[in-house]
Amino acid sequence: MTKEILEILSEDSRRTPEEIAVMLDADVDDVRQKIKELENKKAIVKYNTIVNWDKIEREYVTAFIEVKVTPQRDLGFDAIAERIYKFPEVKSVYLMSGDFDLAVMIEGRTMKEVAFFVAEKLAVLDSVVSTTTHFVLKKYKIDGVVLEGEEKDYRQVIVP
Amino acid sequence: MNMENKIAARVKEVPPSGIRKFFDIANSMEGVISLGVGEPDFVTPWNVREACIYSLEKGMTYYTSNWGMPELRKAISTYLSLRFGVDYNPENEIIVTVGASEAIDLALRAILEPEDEVLIPDPSYVAYMPCVRFCGAKPVAIECSAEDGFRITPEHLKKSITSKTKALILPYPNNPTGGIMTREDLEAISEVLRDTDILVISDEIYAELTYEGKHTSIANIPDMKERTILINGFSKAFAMTGWRLGYAAGHPDLIGAMVKIHQYTTLCAPIMAQVAALEALNKGFEDGFASVEYMVRQYNRRRKVIVNGFREIGLDCFEPMGAFYVFPSIKKTRMTSEEFCERLLMDQKVAVVPGTAFGSCGEGFIRCSYAYSIENINEALKRIGNFIKKL
Repeated sequence: MTKEILEILSEDSRRTPEEIAVMLDADVDDVRQKIKELENKKAIVKYNTIVNWDKIEREYVTAFIEVKVTPQRDLGFDAIAERIYKFPEVKSVYLMSGDFDLAVMIEGRTMKEVAFFVAEKLAVLDSVVSTTTHFVLKKYKIDGVVLEGEEKDYRQVIVP
Repeated sequence: MNMENKIAARVKEVPPSGIRKFFDIANSMEGVISLGVGEPDFVTPWNVREACIYSLEKGMTYYTSNWGMPELRKAISTYLSLRFGVDYNPENEIIVTVGASEAIDLALRAILEPEDEVLIPDPSYVAYMPCVRFCGAKPVAIECSAEDGFRITPEHLKKSITSKTKALILPYPNNPTGGIMTREDLEAISEVLRDTDILVISDEIYAELTYEGKHTSIANIPDMKERTILINGFSKAFAMTGWRLGYAAGHPDLIGAMVKIHQYTTLCAPIMAQVAALEALNKGFEDGFASVEYMVRQYNRRRKVIVNGFREIGLDCFEPMGAFYVFPSIKKTRMTSEEFCERLLMDQKVAVVPGTAFGSCGEGFIRCSYAYSIENINEALKRIGNFIKKL
């Protein structure tokens, strides 16, 4: 039941325990209990809304920064990652294989703001060896959701 | 010239499709919510579409073997063995067709003589009866009831058999009822068939869409494989209706006869669709048919929502265990199925299909598809509830 509840909620976090109980032919209290457990152990981290900010009058810019760092003895990459993700400008941080170490997504109001943040806050950190900044020009798909031009229902109204 | 007189009697005598009228009305109305469609709402998975595009880029635009591409037949053989435990030789026991529809037509044409009788459960998919008549043969309805879960019972089967009975069409999971035949049910009717030389045309197009348990093919019941033409396709399980790709598997003599008709009338199924189907199967072998299982989970949730919804409205609703239809009874409204559907469409703009479109035993029932989003289903249920309340 756990996996099914998570699948349903990850597709639409507004589904109520009552609705989920019908969908899974389960007891409402059991569903509520299960969701509580999942929240408590942080398997369900947060109920977010996916926003297409381009539809809203709001000046903002997203950048993807490749960061090369020197790992620290005993701490590996975790300590430097923490130094970076504590900044509220930083939206996500991933440890990567390949040519660089950390993939950092940053959001700011202008390109200049983001560039200064990288220069003044990121690049100067002791373990950071180098940074490469890529600005996001357009978002097509976020977290499995296509923002525009989703396929419509081409089916006939009645088919035997 | 009087063209009316030029039409062959066996074509003329088949009445026009019972749902045509609703289709025309519903299609001309604005804001209609439909539960009337017998096909998945999922678009064909992208890997399958992409494989087809790539094949076109490579220039795969030719005829294939009459039987279907050898690689595809091999994959179908593996699939049938893996998913349903039935084994067929891809060399001479499998034919790839233009949808399961062509396979049904080929099977009937390959075996029927004029005056032969073919047993068809009532209610059932709309095509069997006309296809039998086009062969000049005689369709014979086996009455099925909600009390029996719309299954064929051995008693009803026995009663319908005559010396002229050539074949039984076995369409489970069933459109329009959502009824299934479990292994026990199949064993019971096999007991009756064993003493006869009646062939079985088993249309298993909804096999993957079986809930709370796995589908059993009658070809899996001892002694039944030889007499069975198993028909399946990619439309429902792989969300590939518009590709028109199906297949039949069975005894080499029967499949050989079907290939004979197919090669002179159709030549082969379109190569693009065959390439796409091969990708659908190969991906399935790799990931354990994850996208099929995903769709089945989604349908199963909707099934529960819609059955629950009809029961809350106060309509008796047999719990369907397969396909993506519910078949609630509207008998307590004292309307005929057709009257109910027409008034529901006019009054609440909800399109459902009268049970009578699928045979006279469908009287008093309506077919509602749940191949729609939960939001769409909930809105339709709300409107149907309003309609019932106002009566």
